[in-house]
Amino acid sequence: MRNTFSEALYKAATSNPDIYIVVADISPAGSMAKFRDQYPDRFINVGVAEQSMIGICAGLALKGCQPFAYTIATFSLYRPFEMVRDDLCYQNLPVTVVGMGAGVIYSTLGGTHHTQEDIAIAGALPNMQIIAPCDPAECTEATAYCATQKNGPVYLRLGKAGEPNFTDKAVDPWAFGKLRYIKRGIDVCILSYGVIMAKAMQLAARFEAKGQSVSVVSCHTLKPLDGDGIRDALQRHRHVIVIEEHAPQGGLAPRTKQIAWDMQARCRLDTFTLQDAFIHNYGSHDDLLAAHGLEVGAIAERVGA
Amino acid sequence: MHDVTRRNCFDVAAARARCLQYRQRILDISQQVQALHIGSAYSCTEMVDTIYHGLMRRNPDGTSPDTFLMSKGHGCMILYVILEDLGVLGRKDLDLYCKPNGRLGCHPDFGNPGIEASTGALGHGLSMAVGMALAERGRKTGGVIYTVLSDGEVQEGSTWEAVLMASSLGLTNLIAFVDNNDFQSLGRTSETHPTFYPLVEKFQAFGWECAEVDGHAAAAVFAAVSGREGGRPFMLVGKTTKGKGISYMENVPIWHYRSPSPQEYEQGKRELEAASARAAP
Repeated sequence: MRNTFSEALYKAATSNPDIYIVVADISPAGSMAKFRDQYPDRFINVGVAEQSMIGICAGLALKGCQPFAYTIATFSLYRPFEMVRDDLCYQNLPVTVVGMGAGVIYSTLGGTHHTQEDIAIAGALPNMQIIAPCDPAECTEATAYCATQKNGPVYLRLGKAGEPNFTDKAVDPWAFGKLRYIKRGIDVCILSYGVIMAKAMQLAARFEAKGQSVSVVSCHTLKPLDGDGIRDALQRHRHVIVIEEHAPQGGLAPRTKQIAWDMQARCRLDTFTLQDAFIHNYGSHDDLLAAHGLEVGAIAERVGA
Repeated sequence: MHDVTRRNCFDVAAARARCLQYRQRILDISQQVQALHIGSAYSCTEMVDTIYHGLMRRNPDGTSPDTFLMSKGHGCMILYVILEDLGVLGRKDLDLYCKPNGRLGCHPDFGNPGIEASTGALGHGLSMAVGMALAERGRKTGGVIYTVLSDGEVQEGSTWEAVLMASSLGLTNLIAFVDNNDFQSLGRTSETHPTFYPLVEKFQAFGWECAEVDGHAAAAVFAAVSGREGGRPFMLVGKTTKGKGISYMENVPIWHYRSPSPQEYEQGKRELEAASARAAP
């Protein structure tokens, strides 16, 4: 996903001289190196100094530029939090804060490198938009949006590398702020976002093997959340399941429950999130997700797939 | 290049008269509200005045290709009264300072006329100024960014991140000022944090061109900035007095954020009027 982000940004920067990328000592991979070589004046490496990364982006945006701040998600959002809040959100500037490797993707690096609460934190900020693409193809679409939009700041939550595409044959096109049906069914609906979409697809396959018709939906825009789209999903399906790689508070799961309560939804609703805990486990990404309870077999058992 | 003018000389007598007038205006406004950062504004009055009336260039229509960013947002009363004097803010804006229907508060808000960035939280301004200077350089506009930091703000780690980046990026169009009044909420910086000094050498070690002058001597401030070599970002450390201009406020921490009583107001007014009479030719 980070390579497709770099490629999409490079393309956007080719036609728009106002696009800058401000990185915090993250090694340029793929097209990021191309960006650095081709546009050295617009590739700024602040070093290990994330507060100034955000402040410099704000200054560029105050002068009409379209900057991206880029590093590992914990360091792009948590370390410079007050800069994100005051410089970007309070001033409502079109700066994209890219959180690379969000969730618990850096499974062997420990809790210092995990981003379990970012949607809740970024989502609490007025003016902030949040996008979490589920695959490289959505990442390209989301990056193109970020490179042209003037609404305000965006937190762009990315995976890392090697993710497959799930949306090549999606029913809906990608559109900012809209739920996107990857597949459309009538019985069960799985809402998810980000790289954990892989588990949503596997769970859907289990339901389908049992003869059920399943919708899988990419909720790529977490803020503003497509409330109408969620209501529609809750109305049309008898069983809705949320799977997200995020703490139980402040993410898609509690938002969906809130909407379901407000509309007095009658469907069954199950949610699966990370635990409200720092889990010391140094295996693969899947191992760590399983330690949080996010394992397809376990989920399938709970939901009867 | 821009059709801009920059004054090569600086009328010191006019600057002194303006600064007295600005202090008086701020003192008047202090009677409309319970509290305002009066000591902080008086501390940097001459430096901000010199930036606006001496250093920033003017287009024929009165706008400037240069930018001023008040990093020490709590000192914004001086910025407001200068913007009022320049006609950028209206008298009504100042009359409604901190009032329910007004648009000016105790810290500057981006979006208000003449306010280039929202500040108030310390340690944000210099990074934003670096970003602005980068943008001006990228567009080859020739625009210069001026910013004023408080000395307390220099304790923020984020300020040093920006200090390091400005010189590493070779930003020659960035000119920063430190309002070095040596006062913070808990006392004199030289006593609470002795290793805060020397200051100039720290900035020089980070690759900045530096000068240290009396921050209330407008001519010296103007001369130091306009006489800079210009091959690096420039930092002027202005030695200042918090509350400068009214005797009972000078170096007394409560005047960081307090409005004078009616009696105190009258005394302050008399002192400023006496200073004006002395300054008159």
